[in-house]
Amino acid sequence: MSIEAFYIILTGALVAASSALLGSFLVLRRMAMLGDAISHAVLPGIVVAFLLSGQRESTALLIGAAASGLLATFLIELLHRKARLQEDASIGISFTWLFAIGVLLISTYTGQVDLDQECVLYGEIAYVPLDQVSLGTIWSGPRPLLVSAILFALTLIYLLISFKGLKLLSFNEDHARSLGIRTQVWHFSFMAMVSLVTVLAFEIVGAILIVALLVVPAATAFLWTRSLIPMIVLAVIFGVLSSFGGYYLAVGINGSIAGAMVTVAGLFMLLSVVLMRVLKRS
Amino acid sequence: MSVVNQGYKGAVLEVHNLSSSYNRKPVLWDIDFRLEAAQLVGIVGPNGSGKTTLLRNIMGLMEADSGYVRLFGKNLNEVREKVSYVPQRESVDWQFPVSVREVVEMGRYRPKNLMKRLGAQDHDLVDQALEKVGMLEYAQRQIGQLSGGQQQRVFLARALAQNADLYLMDEPFVGVDAATEDAILKVLSDLRDQGKTVVIVHHDLQTAYQYFDSMVLLNTRLVAYGPRDKVFTRDYLQEAYGGRLTVLSKLSQVIASSEFPVREKGFKEKSGLGDAAD
Repeated sequence: MSIEAFYIILTGALVAASSALLGSFLVLRRMAMLGDAISHAVLPGIVVAFLLSGQRESTALLIGAAASGLLATFLIELLHRKARLQEDASIGISFTWLFAIGVLLISTYTGQVDLDQECVLYGEIAYVPLDQVSLGTIWSGPRPLLVSAILFALTLIYLLISFKGLKLLSFNEDHARSLGIRTQVWHFSFMAMVSLVTVLAFEIVGAILIVALLVVPAATAFLWTRSLIPMIVLAVIFGVLSSFGGYYLAVGINGSIAGAMVTVAGLFMLLSVVLMRVLKRS
Repeated sequence: MSVVNQGYKGAVLEVHNLSSSYNRKPVLWDIDFRLEAAQLVGIVGPNGSGKTTLLRNIMGLMEADSGYVRLFGKNLNEVREKVSYVPQRESVDWQFPVSVREVVEMGRYRPKNLMKRLGAQDHDLVDQALEKVGMLEYAQRQIGQLSGGQQQRVFLARALAQNADLYLMDEPFVGVDAATEDAILKVLSDLRDQGKTVVIVHHDLQTAYQYFDSMVLLNTRLVAYGPRDKVFTRDYLQEAYGGRLTVLSKLSQVIASSEFPVREKGFKEKSGLGDAAD
C-alpha cells in the first residue's frame, strides 16, 4: 500500500467511524433524515464563514457550519413545537431554506468564493494527500487526516460523556423529561456534533454522501444486534470497512472514491439483509 | 384504610383550573381537583376525554393554556425525585437495542448522575424492582423479545426503581394478560399500603370500580372526583359518557355489578341512589 493510499483510507475510515458513532443514535431516534437536513443546512454557515475569514481551511468554517447546523435544528424545533407544524414538514422547510440561502450566497459572491459546487456536493477524498500540514517537528502529514483524527477523538469523548443521556433520550424522551433531565441540552449538543461531522465530510465525501455514512453502517449494525454498545461498535466496523473496500473498488474501476465507499456500505447492508433471511430460514 | 404516610399531610396532587389544548382544540377545560395520599386513583373517561393530556400536563410535558399544578404543595421541579411517570407502553419503540435491566436502570438516572456510573445502591434498587414485578430472571433479555405483559412489567419496574411517593401511570393495564394484571395490581396495592399514591389513567369502566379507591371522572371537563362510590353513579357516568349508546347499554351492567359492594357497606346509600335515578 502506498503512503497516499494509506492516508486516504485512514481519513475515510476516521470520518466513517465518527459518522457511525453519531449515526447509530440518529437511526435509533428515527432521525436519519435530520442528518440529511443538517448536511444541507450547513452550507450558508460555511459560505459566510469563508467570506468573513477568506480561508478555506480554517476552524472558522467548522464553527460557521456547526452554527448553521444548530440554526437548522433550532428552526426545526421552533416550527414543530411552537408553530405546531408536523415534524417532517418542519425539517423539509428548514433545511431547504437554509440550503437555498447558501446557494444564493455562493452565486452572488461567485467571484470571491472559491468554493466548488461539485466539490461541496460530492467531495474529493482523493486530494487528501495533496493538502499537507506540519505541526512543528512532531508530525507532518495531510491536513484532512489530522482534522479527521481530532474529530473522531472529539466524537468519541462526547459519546462517552453523554452515553447515558443519549440512551435515555433516544429510548423514551418523555420519561427523560419527567426525570427532570434537560433533554434539549442533549438534543442540541448531539446535533452540534452531527453538524461538525457533516462539515468535515464536505471535503471528503460531500454533502450528499455523508448522509449515507451517517445512516447506512448504523442501520446495517442494527440488523445484526439488539444491544446498544455492540451495535455502535459494529457500525464503526462497517464504516471503516467501507472506507477500505471503497478505496480499492474506486482504484479498480478508476472511479470516485467517495461514491465507491458508499456503494460498498450499501453492499454490506444488502448482504446483511440477504444473510439474515437465509439464517432465519435455516 | 391504614395510612402510613411518609410525613406528608396535605394534598399530594392539586390541579387548579387547568385548561389545555392540542392543535388549538380544547382537550381539558377548567379542571380542578385535589387528591389525598395513600390511595389508588383512577382517571376515567371516554376516548379523547383528555386523560393522557391531564397526566402530561401534570408532568410538565405539555404547556397548559391556563391553570397550574401543585405536587406535595410545591412545583414539580422541586419534588421531581418524589414523582414517577409511566407513559403508555406504545409510546416507545420496543425494538430499541437495550436489555430489561438497562431499561429499569433508567429509573435511577438523575440530572446529577447522568455522566457517572450508577452506584451500588442504585443497582440494589433495580434488583428489588425487577424482583417485585417478577422479571429478575429476564433481566438480561433484550426488550424486543418480551410479550406485552412483560413490557408493562418492565415499565412498572422502572417506575419502582425511581422510589417515588407519587406514581402517575398511563394505561398500565392495556394489552396485558390476566396474570400480569393481577401482578401489577398487587404491586400497586402494596405501594398504596406503604402510604404512596398511585394515579392511573384507565379506559375500562368494567374494571375501574374494582381497582381504584378514588376516581377522577373526565370528559374534557371534570365530571366528578372523590371516593369511588361517590363518583361511580349512573348520573355522573351518563354525564361523562353522554349519548354513546353502546357504552350506555354496558353501563347498566357495570352499575348493577358495582352496586353489590355498595349494598354491603351501607344499604341506604344504594336504595336512595338506585330509585332516584329512574
